[in-house]
Amino acid sequence: MPAVASQTRLLSGWGRTTRSRAAVVHPRAADEVSAALAAAGPRGVLARGLGRAYGDAAQNAGGRVLVMTGLQGVRTFDAGSGEVTVEAGTSLEALARVTMSRGWFPAVVPGTRFVTVGGAIAADIHGKNHHRDGGFGRHVRALTLLAPGGECHRLLPGSDAFAATVGGMGLTGVIVDATLQLVRLPSGLLREQVTRAEQLGELLERMAADDDDHRYSVAWVDAAAGGLGRGLLLRGDHAAAGEAATLRPARLRAPRRAPGRLLGQPTVRIFNALWLRRSRPGTHVRLTPLAAFFWPLDGVRGWNRLYGERGLIQYQCVVPDGAEPVLRRILATGRRTGIVSPLVVLKRLGDGEGPLAFAMRGWTLALDFRAAAPGLDRLLDGFDDWVADAGGRVYLAKDARLRPAALRAMYPRLDEWRATRERLDPLGAMRSDLQRRLELA
Amino acid sequence: MTDGLARPQTVVAFGGNSDIARALILRLVANGTRHVALAVRDPQRAPALPGAGARVDVLAFDADAADTHSAVVAEAAKRLGDLDLAVVAFGLLGDQERAERDPAAAAALARTNVVGGISLLVALARHMRAQGHGAIVVLSSVAAERPRRSNFAYGATKAGLDAFAQGLGDALAPEGVHVLVVRPGFVRTKMTAGLEPAPLATDADAVARVIEGGLRRRAATVWAPPALRWVFVAVRHLPRPLFRRLGL
Ligand SMILES: Cc1cc2nc3c(=O)[nH]c(=O)nc-3n(C[C@H](O)[C@H](O)[C@H](O)COP(=O)(O)OP(=O)(O)OC[C@H]3O[C@@H](n4cnc5c(N)ncnc54)[C@H](O)[C@@H]3O)c2cc1C
Ligand SMILES: NC(=O)c1ccc[n+]([C@@H]2O[C@H](COP(=O)([O-])OP(=O)(O)OC[C@H]3O[C@@H](n4cnc5c(N)ncnc54)[C@H](OP(=O)(O)O)[C@@H]3O)[C@@H](O)[C@H]2O)c1
Repeated sequence: MPAVASQTRLLSGWGRTTRSRAAVVHPRAADEVSAALAAAGPRGVLARGLGRAYGDAAQNAGGRVLVMTGLQGVRTFDAGSGEVTVEAGTSLEALARVTMSRGWFPAVVPGTRFVTVGGAIAADIHGKNHHRDGGFGRHVRALTLLAPGGECHRLLPGSDAFAATVGGMGLTGVIVDATLQLVRLPSGLLREQVTRAEQLGELLERMAADDDDHRYSVAWVDAAAGGLGRGLLLRGDHAAAGEAATLRPARLRAPRRAPGRLLGQPTVRIFNALWLRRSRPGTHVRLTPLAAFFWPLDGVRGWNRLYGERGLIQYQCVVPDGAEPVLRRILATGRRTGIVSPLVVLKRLGDGEGPLAFAMRGWTLALDFRAAAPGLDRLLDGFDDWVADAGGRVYLAKDARLRPAALRAMYPRLDEWRATRERLDPLGAMRSDLQRRLELA
Repeated sequence: MTDGLARPQTVVAFGGNSDIARALILRLVANGTRHVALAVRDPQRAPALPGAGARVDVLAFDADAADTHSAVVAEAAKRLGDLDLAVVAFGLLGDQERAERDPAAAAALARTNVVGGISLLVALARHMRAQGHGAIVVLSSVAAERPRRSNFAYGATKAGLDAFAQGLGDALAPEGVHVLVVRPGFVRTKMTAGLEPAPLATDADAVARVIEGGLRRRAATVWAPPALRWVFVAVRHLPRPLFRRLGL
């Protein structure tokens, strides 16, 4: 087995709220992953992708962390069927670069293209098309998982191990490659339909009524403005052939250290006003490049630093259909307490699949907060109670502050997941800070 | 694990009977800390912590027995799992008059406050380095900032502890471990019972609140009340003749 060189590093998530130290290894091939797994010490081991999880999911304090970005590249790609086999450390940006010119696109993409395939599977990420196409995991045809004991599993949809690994937050083993089914991409443009809504009720009504007519759908809600729920509804469908598919490079680097104050209420208002100016009242249709539609924030490199030294907390929850009052209550409470989130994203989700799935048919809401905001802890604990009571959940890939008891209330199939994990990792070698904090396993 | 809002899940307090430590623990437990260990001289006399849903363990701990400190830290970790937060709260005020005249009394004060403090800090640092995260709150005092006629025996011990803790904080920052040095002024606790309160006197809960804020900001040093920081900037720079005449 190859030797394992590690380097001690402080790691944090995208939100930069918690830091912990780990021995970081950069494997370049599956056999190096195996070697690093075998050498795991008492505080265990964990895979990490591009570190885009907001909280502590991709950290392992005092243990070993395998940064997977060295396992890179497309192994096989059938441009006829759109089936592709990629190394787990490949980013969706790199994957899309290879497949777009041949007319294929990843079936699910998140709000940033800088995530790895392994991270996308481990969090079973959702895109703006979850209401129609499900999560990333639904488009995985097979994956290779290295278990900490040294076994190499080829997992297929339908098996317990597959279901526990998709959305399993890296705690079942290390994914080294995956075979994905891509979707046809007729052009590099989307037909985007932008609708301005003055009321949350109007947004919800529209989304419930005709989201299913569009492949992609998402709403940006202005939490600071007068009328609660003023917002923009953005719908997209792939436009017919014609224009060349291009990815626009990231531009506008955010300042390295910005005062946390920058995101106080007045700037929140300005931000929201600017955002709204992009659209006149009513519904408009335009052609939008893929990157601008899917990844507007990628245009501002390092925007997470805008939240200051203490960092950023994103609260993303889902509540089932019928629990719309919870959405209203969350938005109203955030505003009343003055802890306003500048970006509120609202979208519909379809059914979730695995035992640790976040998704459920209903509504998901994502709010960003300065971690330094006084009273934020109590506010979000309160949101947890309402969400859990409504049968909803908090998204682990974004979480940095949920409690074990709330987790148990929100994820009723936790024990089923634990049982499968125990089979794959009987010694409990796969560990993360998230797992310790939430007593996941 | 401590969460993204700086809320520790486990806390161990050395000098667990300290009024300031208790006030801090009550706040932390109200805010979600689920498991507490109180390391105290006499486990039979462990203080009751009004419920609030946390599990409380009591451990035997003597600051003066430096050779046991590693074992006590290991025992705390056995009970709590990860040590998210350690509070170094024990301390003796001592008797200035005696400490000035009786070598044994001066040495006893130094043994508890400095030798015990430093030894425990090293044991904690070693544990938290391996753990890859954690925070240590060290109760120093404004008395550490300039030795004063009225309490320099105590002040000198706190100055030693304070200096060590600050350096340790710098050493541990790149390891993901946060050290917070706390410099309270006069706090109405059992340590100061019967003494004439000094100006800007405060209580244990106010100190606890300042500590919570410092943990959240990852501050290296906090003063309680915070205004004392500026008072002691002035005191530190008073010319000696004037300082003597004031007889602080
Ligand atoms: C701007 C922004 C927008 C986002 N938008 C969305 C969105 O729209 N929808 C959504 O669902 N998410 C979204 N996310 C979250 C992001 O998609 C997930 O956190 C994703 O898991 C990040 O992938 P990563 O490669 O960076 O993984 P990391 O953050 O490094 O790791 C995340 C988890 O995956 C595990 N993992 C990583 N690689 C492997 C592997 N090879 N084998 C096993 N486990 C592994 C880690 O252990 C960890 O538990 C967004 C994040 C950002 C920063
Ligand atoms: N109160 C103030 O005005 C003030 C001001 C500045 C700094 N401080 C510092 O703050 C810290 C906490 O003080 P406090 O006000 O909370 O006082 P406190 O209630 O008297 O607490 C001090 C604790 O230290 C413990 N202790 C003393 N010697 C010990 C030893 N050898 N081994 C183990 N424990 C020992 C005592 O334990 P027993 O219960 O067993 O005696 C006592 O519970 C101290 O370090 C103090 O110096 C206090």
